[in-house]
Amino acid sequence: MAAYRCPACEYVYEEEAGEPREGFPAGTPWSDVPDDWTCPDCAVREKVDFEAVSA
Amino acid sequence: MTSATAPAAQAPLTAAWSDPKRYLWLLGLVVPLIPVIGWGLAEATGLGVMWWFGPAFVFGVIPLLDMAIGKDSANPPDSAIEWLEQDRYYRWCTYLFLPLQFASLAFACWMWSSGDLAVLESLGLALSVGMVGGIAINTAHELGHKRKQAERWLSKIALAQTGYGHFFIEHNRGHHVRVATPEDPASSRMGESFYAFLPRTVWGSLKSALHLEKVRLGRMGKPFVSVHNDVLNAWAMTIVLFAALTVIFGVEILPWLAVQAVVGFSLLEVVNYLEHYGLLRGKREDGRYELTRPEHSWNSENVASNVFLYHLQRHSDHHANPLRRYQALRAYEDLPELPSGYATMIVYAYLTPVWRRVMDPKVLAHYGGDVTRANIQPRKRERLLAKYGSSGGARPASARR
Repeated sequence: MAAYRCPACEYVYEEEAGEPREGFPAGTPWSDVPDDWTCPDCAVREKVDFEAVSA
Repeated sequence: MTSATAPAAQAPLTAAWSDPKRYLWLLGLVVPLIPVIGWGLAEATGLGVMWWFGPAFVFGVIPLLDMAIGKDSANPPDSAIEWLEQDRYYRWCTYLFLPLQFASLAFACWMWSSGDLAVLESLGLALSVGMVGGIAINTAHELGHKRKQAERWLSKIALAQTGYGHFFIEHNRGHHVRVATPEDPASSRMGESFYAFLPRTVWGSLKSALHLEKVRLGRMGKPFVSVHNDVLNAWAMTIVLFAALTVIFGVEILPWLAVQAVVGFSLLEVVNYLEHYGLLRGKREDGRYELTRPEHSWNSENVASNVFLYHLQRHSDHHANPLRRYQALRAYEDLPELPSGYATMIVYAYLTPVWRRVMDPKVLAHYGGDVTRANIQPRKRERLLAKYGSSGGARPASARR
């Protein structure tokens, strides 16, 4: 499954793991994450700024 | 811990550099002892006024130290950043603040309940305890920005004294997103006095924190009122703390606990007032605000304030890299710079005409004389445009960009 990295810090959203604390259970696809969701670690960048991480 | 594969050339450099502020950070631990120092001074001199040591230290001694010691913009070399961040010594400097903070609070409760203090002495002690509580929010700020859950918990505990547990949600997920925009309750606007800012930021931050948790819990399918609500469980810590202190020391301490809490969070909010005054992020074509850049925060390199506030005044780097630990924050050239350290600027902020005289020209110069580029208090807009001209660049542009 795909992963997306915050360009400001090292946080990576992995679809497989999700981010349960943020309300995205394991397996939540990136497309289900709202566009204005901010990086849970740094809050400097939003979802639309995230970069796909090649497997 | 440098990685084993680090280029060999960097090793001697790293070894040669030693952090000049390393042991100065221990001075941060003097802050939670303020009420005890006040007691010691009162005992030694027999003067009741010594119970007011806290405000005298924050608004008098630190500004004088800022003037006497001056500035230091030295940065650690890039090669040292990693081990500087990993060195646990620096973390312990912040962790140890907490036991001292609560020992000091218990000491103050004991003093209030003893009946030995005159009302004005108790008030001085409450203000001194409030100084600790306010600066504890700064310690909580340092801890709350970290990835480790344990540090985030310590952050909440440090906030319990002032009942400001929602700060750690709103600051990280609200303020950092909306900083230097009119939508941010914690970014002050040009023309806005501290006394107008205070109720706006206190109420706006509270509402925002609750909203952020409501959205998050809604996604999780959990009810708003639950132990998982990080605002409510942080406030619960305050209730437990105050209840425990009341059981031990008696109900007569409750008014003083309330006073110190208000003094404490008001001190945090006056610091908020300094950090982004009048600064505004532009809007991009797609309607989003431009990214937060270094020029969206005021900075100061005064050593004394920086040491007592864990480099909070290196604020631009903090907003660019919120997870960076305090000892590794860097100074940059050509950033908006306050004319003095935070402690002095706080005193100016309390004196609205002085603040405007000092800071409004600074904001104007930063925007090259074009006041329309500033974040302006709507009610003051016409007056400021009339005073500073509504046409961009009418005045000689002394600022960059």
